[in-house]
Amino acid sequence: MLETLQNLYLGFTVALSPAVFLYAVIGCIIGTLVGVLPGVGPLAGISLLLPASFGMDATSAIVLLAGIYYGAMYGGSTTSILMRIPGEAASVMTCIDGYAMTRNGRAGPALAIAAVGSYIAGTVSVVALMLLAPPLANFALRFGPPEYCALLLLGLLALAYMSGGSILKALAMATLGLLFGMIGIDPMTGFFRFAYGVVELGDGIGVVPVAVGLFGLSEILLTAGEEAPPEVKKPRLADLLPSRQEWRDSVWPIGRGTVLGFLIGIVPGSAHIISSFVSYAVERRVSKHPERFGHGAIEGVAGPESANNSATSGAFVPMLALGVPSGPIPAVMLAALMVHGISPGPLLIQQQPQLFWGFIASMYVGNIVLLILNLPLVGVFVNILRVPYPYLYPAILIFCVLGVYAVNGSVVDVWIMIAMGALGYILRKLDFETAPIVLGVVLAPMLEMSFRQSLAMSSGDYTIFLSRPIATAMLAAGACLLLLSMLSLLRRGAGWRSALGLANVEKEDTHET
Amino acid sequence: MATKDRIAGAALVLFALFVLSESRALPLGTVRQPGPSFVPVLLAALLLAFGALIAAIGGRSERFRSLRWRELPHGIAILGACAFSALALERLGYRITVLIVLFFLIKIVEKKAWLATTLVALALSFGSFYLFYTLLRVPLPLGPWGI
Repeated sequence: MLETLQNLYLGFTVALSPAVFLYAVIGCIIGTLVGVLPGVGPLAGISLLLPASFGMDATSAIVLLAGIYYGAMYGGSTTSILMRIPGEAASVMTCIDGYAMTRNGRAGPALAIAAVGSYIAGTVSVVALMLLAPPLANFALRFGPPEYCALLLLGLLALAYMSGGSILKALAMATLGLLFGMIGIDPMTGFFRFAYGVVELGDGIGVVPVAVGLFGLSEILLTAGEEAPPEVKKPRLADLLPSRQEWRDSVWPIGRGTVLGFLIGIVPGSAHIISSFVSYAVERRVSKHPERFGHGAIEGVAGPESANNSATSGAFVPMLALGVPSGPIPAVMLAALMVHGISPGPLLIQQQPQLFWGFIASMYVGNIVLLILNLPLVGVFVNILRVPYPYLYPAILIFCVLGVYAVNGSVVDVWIMIAMGALGYILRKLDFETAPIVLGVVLAPMLEMSFRQSLAMSSGDYTIFLSRPIATAMLAAGACLLLLSMLSLLRRGAGWRSALGLANVEKEDTHET
Repeated sequence: MATKDRIAGAALVLFALFVLSESRALPLGTVRQPGPSFVPVLLAALLLAFGALIAAIGGRSERFRSLRWRELPHGIAILGACAFSALALERLGYRITVLIVLFFLIKIVEKKAWLATTLVALALSFGSFYLFYTLLRVPLPLGPWGI
């Protein structure tokens, strides 16, 4: 422990040196800007600025890129809360209650709780990263294709079980999302699936056009034509800070989101996205008033925002400790380190203590910078709501188109966004949740790949899923959730006859006899 | 009785049938060695089952006729503006496309004053281009004469 503190002291001397500190601040500012603008997510932001970091020393480069990553995660919540446009996929869940709070005149508290939750989650998860990196990374390495497949199935079932509405509808929407995720080249055989000659569909459909269409565009379609434009209460100065009750309601969701996010973040894949979905589902399940979710429950902002920031730190565990990136963003950062001649892995801590501990300490510094930067900006961002809606929604629409186009420079993505916007509009009219579709699109390629790789490993023997302890445990947990939800369906089953329209017929029959 | 859930369930069933029909063009493989259409067929079958169940137990949901579609004409105009931007973005360039879309939405759809429309449209189209293209170096399409 004493050694860790000494190392941390060394890290702070590096992180607080003027040059490194300056890069941390610049990274956080650019990241916040990148996160606020829809479409230009952290991956695009880091990739665009990667060449700029080549001329720096390794510590400054990694600190700058980590600052962008953190800043983008913070900034992504702003457009989700104010306009229902997810800055990137991890902010999808924040849209639901964050935007509902905005419409209730509580945009300020939502933004403030998102910033504070992100700060706490970021800071606590850095402590966990510091202490638990090597053992946790070893555990994550025991995940092979069967374990991934089981984990992803468990994630989908958990989300459906914990969703507030009908489990059947949630499962149907997740399946629809998984089907959308099947579009593109089959990674194992090279067959084009459902692409209809559109070459751009070879890589599949992206998460950003789907999320922006289902959330941002569908919201504009639903509200722009109303006789009275959406009633967004203009916040007063006194309403910018959360009330005592809102602080109290947010404490546990922030704590749970932090732990969940960190643990999920370690597992390779699109962890930070999944963590926010799981956190939202957990909060709705444990809440005494689940009916408040979707109508402006602060727990629905505090939990997912904390989880996706915590997952950001978790994602660095396998990267720093083992040299294995857990997603595209750590992969780009890994590339940045390798450009400087540093190979991350088990020996990094011994060979480059200044870089490792400097990076850890810069995360603390970055979190404080982001809090200082974001809290005063809450008032500035909230003022966007003062723009009259007939001017505001065309501007939002332009940013949707621009953000979606900027990801790949392809108009096909804009068409996908339009189709998803129309689909989201219809689904919301019919009382279906659209978030499981986004999760399905994210998980589909990983789920299919791990399923088929598992079968390839076992020569087609399905017992491979039951012969590996981690996979078996996760599948058993998934089966339990399914049984529990079926039980609750059966308990409510007394109404199934009336649902089918048979109850009245039965009554009439009884009367007749 | 046509309820919201029954219509939605039926639509999901139809979509699942469409996917099943389209999957016939791809090799299915075997249960032990799944081919490229194995997982899509499995998912479509699941969706078919979920859709049928939603339709079957959806008798108590709200009647489909009770739905109000007042925002639909506005929505069609917005979707039309999006479709135009997708068609024109790489032909007319970012700035001209955005300018036309904003004029259409603010002046024609929202019926706002000429001066306000012009100011907002010019500021947004050229301002966002400067921010993204010049400052953030996001590659955005240029139109004729490099505009």
